[in-house]
Amino acid sequence: MIATEPLVALLLRLGDNALILGQRLGELAGKGPIVEEDLAMSNVSLDLLGQARAWLTYAGTCEGRGRDEDAFAFFRAPHEFTNVLLVEQPNGSYAETIARQFLFDTWHFYVLQGLASSSDPHIAGIASKAVREVAYHVRRSSDWVIRLGDGTEESHARMQRAIDDLWTYTGELFADDAVDTELAERGIGVLLAPLQAPWRAHVGSTMTEATLAMPADGFMRTDGKRGVHSEAFGYLLAEMQSVRRSIPGDRW
Amino acid sequence: MVAAPPIDEVWAWLADVPDPEIPIVSVVDLGIVRDVRYEREASGEERLHVTITPTYSGCPATTMIRANIETALHEHNVTEYALDITLTPPWSSDWIGAAAREKLRSYGIAPPQERASTRGISIARETASAAIACPRCASVATSLVSAFGSTPCKALYRCNACLEPFDHFKCH
Repeated sequence: MIATEPLVALLLRLGDNALILGQRLGELAGKGPIVEEDLAMSNVSLDLLGQARAWLTYAGTCEGRGRDEDAFAFFRAPHEFTNVLLVEQPNGSYAETIARQFLFDTWHFYVLQGLASSSDPHIAGIASKAVREVAYHVRRSSDWVIRLGDGTEESHARMQRAIDDLWTYTGELFADDAVDTELAERGIGVLLAPLQAPWRAHVGSTMTEATLAMPADGFMRTDGKRGVHSEAFGYLLAEMQSVRRSIPGDRW
Repeated sequence: MVAAPPIDEVWAWLADVPDPEIPIVSVVDLGIVRDVRYEREASGEERLHVTITPTYSGCPATTMIRANIETALHEHNVTEYALDITLTPPWSSDWIGAAAREKLRSYGIAPPQERASTRGISIARETASAAIACPRCASVATSLVSAFGSTPCKALYRCNACLEPFDHFKCH
């Protein structure tokens, strides 16, 4: 792991989660299964990109080395990104897209709710704004889990499989490391482990309503925050960064 | 530069700057302009500060709004100013006043009906939220088509009485 000041590390994690999921959802623009969903995914993507810009800009300010949001987004290598593995998973089928969104949105909501009362006023400001947007994301992805889970035999089976497949990435969401612990002690950040209970409550009740079974906790993959990513991540970054890197410093 | 314009006058200019996505309402109507004031600089001179806030974090109109406000100031020969952006308190649809809500309705956009501050921020599924009235025929027999419409701040509805689709400015 790159030695980074804890505050900057936290801001990069928040920014990277929003940026990478925003990029994934952006891949669906013009390709949504129906036009309403195309719009919805693009809107959620925009919300996340807006949030990513705020986090990364503030990370640059705190780091004090002159890096701006673009420097972080376009000129870091894969191992310097510290987003959780869940958000970089490919869109897959629509059940997989929705499952990824549902599991992340619910976690994202509780994290932002905690950060809204951060002792750092700038973090509290970004989080207070973002949490309103993310509450909408949670309601929407939860609705879809219910609609597909409690839908046809086929949609039910696909929704169940999608959540089962992504479950291995949910352990990382609640694994605190030194950065989380230190910042929580300073009142700046939040501890993640205590968020698991409310997360499970919402995920569980939604899945019950969707006639789906909550997966048992098995092996959990937890390397995203350390900069160790899955194979699909390199391809995502290559696409996201290619234009910026082919004409660095250009303006349009 | 001309003599420093009074604060009220600057507010009046900004009240003529339309929102780029919903031009029937101004950036003041929507609560995007938070503050207009003079601040004394280190040099001892008074400088005009205009503070704006984005509606949604990723709203693409924010850049355009900024540019339009700058244009309005320049048109009134104000070239020395600071345009500040604040996130706190976060924007909510409660900032849209009664007159602006009426303008939205006349434009075919159903305005937010509830107060965001009363409703709170919740992830509970919406079951019995207040029915959204059709801006054309006022029927409350309407249904949600998509939680997201043509811009981040709107949802797409359909009126079951007059059968017209319409945008609803979300309670946010």
